[in-house]
Amino acid sequence: MFGKLTWDAIPFNEPIPLISALAVVLLVGAVLGWITVKGHWPYLWREWITSVDHKRIGVMYCLLGFLMLLRGFADAIMMRSHLALAHGAGQGYLPPDHYDQIFSAHGTIMIFFTAMPFVVGLMNFVVPLQLGIRDVAFPTFNSVSLWLTASGVLLINASLVIGNFARTGWLAYPPLSELKFSPDVGVDYYLWALQIAGIGTLLAGINLVTTILKMRAPGMGYTRMPVFCWTALAANLLIVAAFPVLTATFAMLLLDRYLGFHFFTNEAGGNAMMYVNLIWIWGHPEVYILALPAFGVFSEVVSTFSGKPLFGYRSMILATMAICILSFMVWLHHFFTMGAGADVNAFFGFATMIIAVPTGVKVYNWLFTMYGGRVRFETPMLWAIGFMVTFVIGGMTGVLMAVPPADFVLHNSLFLVAHFHNVVIGGTLFGIFAGYTFWFPKAFGFRLHEGWGKAAFWCWLVGFYLAFMPLYVVGLMGMTRRMQHYDNPAWVAWLQLAMVGAGVILCGILCQVVQLVVSIRRREALRDVTGDPWDGRSLEWSTPSPPPLFNYAVMPNVEGEEAYWGIKQRALRDGLAPEPRYAAIEMPRNSPTGFVTAFFSTVTGFALIWHIWWMVIAGLLGAFATFVWFAWRDEDEFEIPADEVARIDRERRRVRQDVLLPSLGRPA
Amino acid sequence: MLASWPLGGCGGVLDPQGPVGAAEKLILLNSLGIMLAIVVPTILATLGVAWWFRASNRRAVYRPDWEYSGRIELVVWAIPAMTVLLLGGIGWAGSHLLDPAKALASSAAPLEVDVVALDWKWLFIYPEQGVASVNRLVAPVGRPISLRLTSATVMDSFFVPQLGTQIYAMPGMTTRLNLQADRLGRFPGLSAMFSGDGFSRMSFVFDALPDAQFQAWAAAAKAQGPALDAAGYQALARPSQGVAPTTYSAVAPGLFDALARTQTPPPPAGAAVAMPTAMEP
Repeated sequence: MFGKLTWDAIPFNEPIPLISALAVVLLVGAVLGWITVKGHWPYLWREWITSVDHKRIGVMYCLLGFLMLLRGFADAIMMRSHLALAHGAGQGYLPPDHYDQIFSAHGTIMIFFTAMPFVVGLMNFVVPLQLGIRDVAFPTFNSVSLWLTASGVLLINASLVIGNFARTGWLAYPPLSELKFSPDVGVDYYLWALQIAGIGTLLAGINLVTTILKMRAPGMGYTRMPVFCWTALAANLLIVAAFPVLTATFAMLLLDRYLGFHFFTNEAGGNAMMYVNLIWIWGHPEVYILALPAFGVFSEVVSTFSGKPLFGYRSMILATMAICILSFMVWLHHFFTMGAGADVNAFFGFATMIIAVPTGVKVYNWLFTMYGGRVRFETPMLWAIGFMVTFVIGGMTGVLMAVPPADFVLHNSLFLVAHFHNVVIGGTLFGIFAGYTFWFPKAFGFRLHEGWGKAAFWCWLVGFYLAFMPLYVVGLMGMTRRMQHYDNPAWVAWLQLAMVGAGVILCGILCQVVQLVVSIRRREALRDVTGDPWDGRSLEWSTPSPPPLFNYAVMPNVEGEEAYWGIKQRALRDGLAPEPRYAAIEMPRNSPTGFVTAFFSTVTGFALIWHIWWMVIAGLLGAFATFVWFAWRDEDEFEIPADEVARIDRERRRVRQDVLLPSLGRPA
Repeated sequence: MLASWPLGGCGGVLDPQGPVGAAEKLILLNSLGIMLAIVVPTILATLGVAWWFRASNRRAVYRPDWEYSGRIELVVWAIPAMTVLLLGGIGWAGSHLLDPAKALASSAAPLEVDVVALDWKWLFIYPEQGVASVNRLVAPVGRPISLRLTSATVMDSFFVPQLGTQIYAMPGMTTRLNLQADRLGRFPGLSAMFSGDGFSRMSFVFDALPDAQFQAWAAAAKAQGPALDAAGYQALARPSQGVAPTTYSAVAPGLFDALARTQTPPPPAGAAVAMPTAMEP
């Protein structure tokens, strides 16, 4: 009846997973109970869960990312504290089978369910606003993408309570991940969670590529788009090209595990090297899917807080697209030690180094953007400068490992672990935090508290260096990654220092939680009435904060780069443009399609993991029925009357005229 | 040269004990030095520019419309490009010079060793000497070692940090690696590729001995201990971890080649043909 699922799947005899699982279940139950008691369900259902508004979907993506950051960090601090103890006679507190699950879950969650939702969320929120349009190309699709990602999150976290997670590392290399060596459900949780979330990500990519290519405001040519839109375009092109590879690779591994195929097995002509190649053909572009939008955020932030246009705009576009293309030509550098010939290694080493050229150009262009500016050190700018310093170091160690003979001794060591945390934290995560602080007032109408934001920044920065510089050192000392226990006494002090660093990062995360709570409580004092709290330069700052559902009452007419900066300068000189003629606006109706699809996907995924075949069929039928029902609906739009549009926009114009322009008040 | 002082003597890759490791350390530090020459000024310039152009510094010139300079663009593309050309040259030459499969230049003939990764220990077969050892690789100092590697389980990576280059041991595949120890001593070795629950205890020792002592060790191993026949191999192949070093006085002929084809070992001569566990592709 329930396939492989029995009471043995609940870890009654293992205190650590049991207690953490209970805590999570209680917490989730408490939140759901509170919502029920307060009667918030109808509001949540109407305004958020079924929302197809790109802004709300963006916000929900970011919320998901932030929650999973907490989960992934809990894994991180367990690993660091365990390794500070598990040397010599000390065994630490995590047995290998548990420790192996933790590092696998940490990597999987941080990449797929923290960084990805955050990045996709920021792009979702910002890109249509910057392009001067009202929504993405396929609004309901967008909701489907979000909820499929949430479905993956749910499955991966279910493994904490029911059964166990993979013990194979975050990329599940076969043959270790094959049935013969990993017979339990861990790898199945991994595979199905990522298959479902991966389809969501692919849909999100298609959506944003279409949006950017086909739906820009009048006059918004490609060379007038903000650089963030360019990096979003590059990242989403990479998603469209790379995620099908991931899906196909996992599909082959699933066929091995479920139907006795032999793609990557030791037997019958299977070849694990094929998997390693395929997974990195997805995996390296993935690095840039995460990094490029962060570069876009920094471009916006550095320019805004320097009070200058971005230096070398076209050069930045060229660099972005160069990275986009080159990122597909370097995957083999993840396994120089597989024994390919010298020519192959040398080619991929050189191709990898070439990526450092456009990346270096970006750093210099940010530098020259600050040059001659008036730099304001508000929180987003702190993240940007912290990023520039940290990322350059991470880039350097990356190029170092692109030299094949150096990689021969650094591959899989903690030096590598330090390197990729250096670029993912110092690059992507700092970019996410910069973007979060930068666009928060746009999303919610009030700023985040500066003091707590700065405290969070300094904790993260110092914590990062304390946690990861020691890992470079022990890596050079020959310590390899994923060790659950070690005997070399020379490593102990460094790993203890790294644990202290993780503790400082914890302080940073706590500061961010406090910042959010404090900001919500003091929202009236932090209110952004003008819609343009940072003296911004791109179109999103011409809308009120938060923007109305339709973003723009009238499509803005773009005349040049930095569309809003031009509008603002003209308004300062000549006053606001005359009031436009308002017309009714058609907007897409909210739809439960995404949520219902994700519900059935979760059911199907869970049933597949536990081999509950009747439930698989039920889930698939449900998903198909949802699709049919969605395809059959007649009314997919509703109209906002012209009067309502006019009322909202007149209020915006009044605030601009009475508050914003006098406050800027600089001579034209 | 650079910051190696706190790490020397700690058994890492900055304390090489043979020509491969020494060459790799040199390449590593040279590449690092070249990049630091660019990276350190860039970091200082970033901090300096940000601080000088702070909004409150009225002595700094504000140029709100300065957004392009062809000369600066030329320079900022050229600096990383030239650095990468230089490093690319090092990488290209180094890849060929230190190709793991390339035999080391030496007047002495290399010692042949076949390496098999098992769950979770290392089997070293010495075809010339006709002996085998587990979790202890013994070799004469100053003589090249020519390794063939495969895995009879999942992927592992053979790595003695102080000797240099690591290489994957993969089921169904044979990889090659050439190393040499120039100094006497015992150096730690490990698997650098996660291979399951026993992975952390899959360490081994590498002993570089004078040639006479190596010959004596091989002779002693030959004289005593069990033979690694089909039954012995089946016992050894069972998952275990933290295995103390042992030796085998004889090895079933063709064991490595059979394992590299993902077959179980052939039985001793005269016995019936073994059932392969897998079809040949």
